[in-house]
Amino acid sequence: MSAPLIEVKNLRRYFGAPAKPVRAVDDVSFSIQPGETLGLVGESGSGKSTIGRTLLRLIESTSGQVLYRGEDLGSASSSRMRALRSKLQMIFQDPYASLNPKMRVKDILGEALQVHGLAKGRKAREARIAELLELVGLRAEHASRYPHEFSGGQRQRIGVARALAVEPEFIVADEPLSALDVSIQAQVVNLLCDLRDRLSLTMLFISHDLDVVEYLCDRVVVLYLGRVMEVAPTAELFARPLHPYSQALLAASPKPDPDPEQKSEHIALTGDIPSPVNPPSGCVFRTRCPHVIDDCASTRPELRDMGQGRFKACIRDDIALVATT
Amino acid sequence: MNSNPTALRLDVRNLSTFFDTDEGLIRSVADVSFSIRPGKTTALVGESGSGKSVTSLSLMRLLSRTDSTQASGQALFTNRAGETLDLLALPEPAMRRIRGNEIAMIFQEPMTSLNPVFTVGEQIAESVRLHLGLDRTAALAHALRMLELVEIPAAAQRLHEYPHQLSGGMRQRVMIALAMACNPTLLIADEPTTALDVTIQAQILELMRRLQLETGMSILFITHNLGVVAHHADDVAVMYAGRIVESAPVRALFASPRHPYTQGLLACLPAQQRKRELANGETRGKRRLYAIRGQVSSPLAPPPGCAFEPRCDHALAACKEAMPALEPAGPQRAARCILVSEAAPVVTETA
Repeated sequence: MSAPLIEVKNLRRYFGAPAKPVRAVDDVSFSIQPGETLGLVGESGSGKSTIGRTLLRLIESTSGQVLYRGEDLGSASSSRMRALRSKLQMIFQDPYASLNPKMRVKDILGEALQVHGLAKGRKAREARIAELLELVGLRAEHASRYPHEFSGGQRQRIGVARALAVEPEFIVADEPLSALDVSIQAQVVNLLCDLRDRLSLTMLFISHDLDVVEYLCDRVVVLYLGRVMEVAPTAELFARPLHPYSQALLAASPKPDPDPEQKSEHIALTGDIPSPVNPPSGCVFRTRCPHVIDDCASTRPELRDMGQGRFKACIRDDIALVATT
Repeated sequence: MNSNPTALRLDVRNLSTFFDTDEGLIRSVADVSFSIRPGKTTALVGESGSGKSVTSLSLMRLLSRTDSTQASGQALFTNRAGETLDLLALPEPAMRRIRGNEIAMIFQEPMTSLNPVFTVGEQIAESVRLHLGLDRTAALAHALRMLELVEIPAAAQRLHEYPHQLSGGMRQRVMIALAMACNPTLLIADEPTTALDVTIQAQILELMRRLQLETGMSILFITHNLGVVAHHADDVAVMYAGRIVESAPVRALFASPRHPYTQGLLACLPAQQRKRELANGETRGKRRLYAIRGQVSSPLAPPPGCAFEPRCDHALAACKEAMPALEPAGPQRAARCILVSEAAPVVTETA
């Protein structure tokens, strides 16, 4: 296996008073290989977006390391970080909030080029902007329009073009589809797939939509309350989840298929997600786990290698979990 | 008013809602007809701007008069006593007796639809005092039973808490308790689980299913989530640009969608793509997703013919000429497409 492009080691991000912090991200480790699309899934409050932002140092980590090609981003100077940002880009969730409404499209894209000293000169810049717009399925004449003149799907294309303007190697896509309608989601998924293949991008794809993750990602990290529950290649995870939470998450997501044999078998989780200010001792999932035993309260389960690229943070190996989707 | 014991719970006929705006008249809902059977769930499916929520608000007559709305058509509702009433023609006092009583509604965002300055118990009690004429103590006792009905833990304590003290899932349970308080015969649920996480969504859907079995109420389920539709609806009406383009029983709709828009909507789901890949023994993600091209036309400048024509892969010249009618397309099915109505005789022969 080649060297990973991105390595996350024991990443922690706590918010609020140090005496009683919100443990948004608590000891998370994973790596992403060049060209790989890694899915980050979990419910709200699981720390998905915080991880995405901490990775690009849009927010600072509390402890732990993020390595890009072996270089620790946390100790990079601000000028070094600025240079690195041309390699590390982000696509945001809300295409309405993430584009400056007072800027024309050519200025939104042009600013990114200017900051990184790319496509210098008016002619070169205009040519590059036209090229970028065509790359994401828009037309060159769209450059002189404002964001409000576009639909949600088109705005997300502009967001993608802005991320690609600086020729990045790695993209964090934070729920890029969730603000879009189903028929438009498919267009953006196809766009992301095409660009990933054409530009050999590495991607961290953050989503709560398991169907899209199954379609788009090579491997998946399942998060719950700021901790990693399971890491697995996508096909294996969806065929046979190893962690009780992964299983429940897959079962809870209704498939668009009214077959009666799929209708009855819901493993509904009881209760709510606990507060990250005061997470349960031991395994954070134990308060909702159908397979909980006494030891779950006293032992914090480590992420264990289960072979074939699979890892899980659960002390129980004696339960047979079946995929229900 | 006439009595009809085998009537549909709700029979909507040619509902149209127009908004008079500065930019011109907007047809938000046009010529919408669908029905809901007693004890069953009809799902109203569509993307944003398709007119789903305006349909439900028109039925409840909750659109404000300042919007200069014009609603027309009929909404024949059969109440507990078996009388059939036209919701759109009732005098306001009669409508007020139905709202929150015979017909209850739950909304997408439980934080903004509960009053932040009253305890959840007071909010439920208000509705039962109004509609059932209970006194304060009896109403609070009733509110407690409702919280227990929706499986809220420590209900006696929650009764005296404010909405901000509850989680999103708990708030939606309170909304359902509030809706169930007067034992409605029709529950209108407008994207009730869209703001919730999937594991919480599963709990809420299970609760709604249980309550429907226990009370025999009908549900109008408004959603954009086809997975939820597949598992929780009996009948489905698909909306596009303010009109129903296809209606069918749920299994029939997913097994053989007739309208090109429904076909596209189902085909563009990653889960459906995965199913096709598995069926053909292909590896994952090697095929592009089917995508419906383009986007919905502006309601201010609708195309002259079929609203879906500019995005349709099967469009003919005739599609540009006139909006097709919603025509029968097989048993309990209808579709608004000239290609389907041409094929319809073949379907009825084999059926």
